Amino acid sequence: MRFLSVTFLAFAALLAAPLASAADIGQVKVTSGAVHIQRGAERLPATVGTRVRVSDTVVTGGDGSVGITFTDNTLLSTGPNSVLVLERYAFDSTTHAGKFDARLNRGSLAVVSGKIAKQSHDAMVVKTPSSLLGVRGTEFLVKVESPE
Amino acid sequence: MIRRALRSGAGGITLALLAACAATPPPATVVLLPGQNGKTGAVVVSDGQTETVLDTPYASARSGGGEPIERRTTSAPEVKKQFGATLASLPPRPTKYTLYFLSGTDEFTDNTKKEVQRVLAEVARRPAAEVVVIGHTDRVSGERHNDKLSLQRARRVKSMLIPLGIPEERIVTAGRGEREPIVPTADNVDEAKNRRVEINVR
Repeated sequence: MRFLSVTFLAFAALLAAPLASAADIGQVKVTSGAVHIQRGAERLPATVGTRVRVSDTVVTGGDGSVGITFTDNTLLSTGPNSVLVLERYAFDSTTHAGKFDARLNRGSLAVVSGKIAKQSHDAMVVKTPSSLLGVRGTEFLVKVESPE
Repeated sequence: MIRRALRSGAGGITLALLAACAATPPPATVVLLPGQNGKTGAVVVSDGQTETVLDTPYASARSGGGEPIERRTTSAPEVKKQFGATLASLPPRPTKYTLYFLSGTDEFTDNTKKEVQRVLAEVARRPAAEVVVIGHTDRVSGERHNDKLSLQRARRVKSMLIPLGIPEERIVTAGRGEREPIVPTADNVDEAKNRRVEINVR
């Protein structure tokens, strides 16, 4: 039993290992339907274990949704037809000082804020086309209405 | 001269109006949820004109569409209808474990051995599990020393977890020094409860 789980872990690690980098700010934990990460001109498939970076855009299709856990324990998920830009992210794991700006251009977003928002007000901001949301902790939802 | 100023003034107004029409952004709605531990946080919503603070469960604000911010209170069933697919994809919450050491050694206490087994089980259960090992100190000695010591404790625990089957690249370490005591004390107090290593599995 233990041997099996160890083997499984080692195998999972092998799959994920080539993508690891200090620039990684979070990891995809849940996906369903069409999801990809736009990184500059590169279009990367988003699967469980895919690591995200600053300036990545997370895109879901009509049947897509995705959940990402960040290095400060912030949890984000987007629903179908969403475009979320990870504009700024910095986190100091010793002091918990940091900055997290995300922009929801379309679709819907769920947020469970983490250590960055807990450390200081104004450290986490979610932008929509018509508002700025200053995050003072815990859980909220955002939806951008699609133009007719 | 005056005429020219008037003309450019009128032009400016026309431009501003055009910009306002072209840029009427799609409306956005924010809903504050009750926190899992019973504490509800807050979100400050600003549309560039006014600002409103949502700080009660299911408080909601809609901005944009050329209208002022509109507040209302929504409900759990409404949220489920509007955001069901989004909420269903939230990653599982990180879980937290605390390891203590036998005084003055790097040996785990018996309780801690059981806690380590729980960590291993959680790692096996989670998709793309990551293990965050965070060292803490008491307030004996200075802050810089304690930052270093707490990171050393975290690294030692990391090196103990690898042979138990957690791949090295899935473990990250951090040292919080004396910033997060379980028992707050005056400076230079020896407090065993604060000499610990916390593990988050996420």
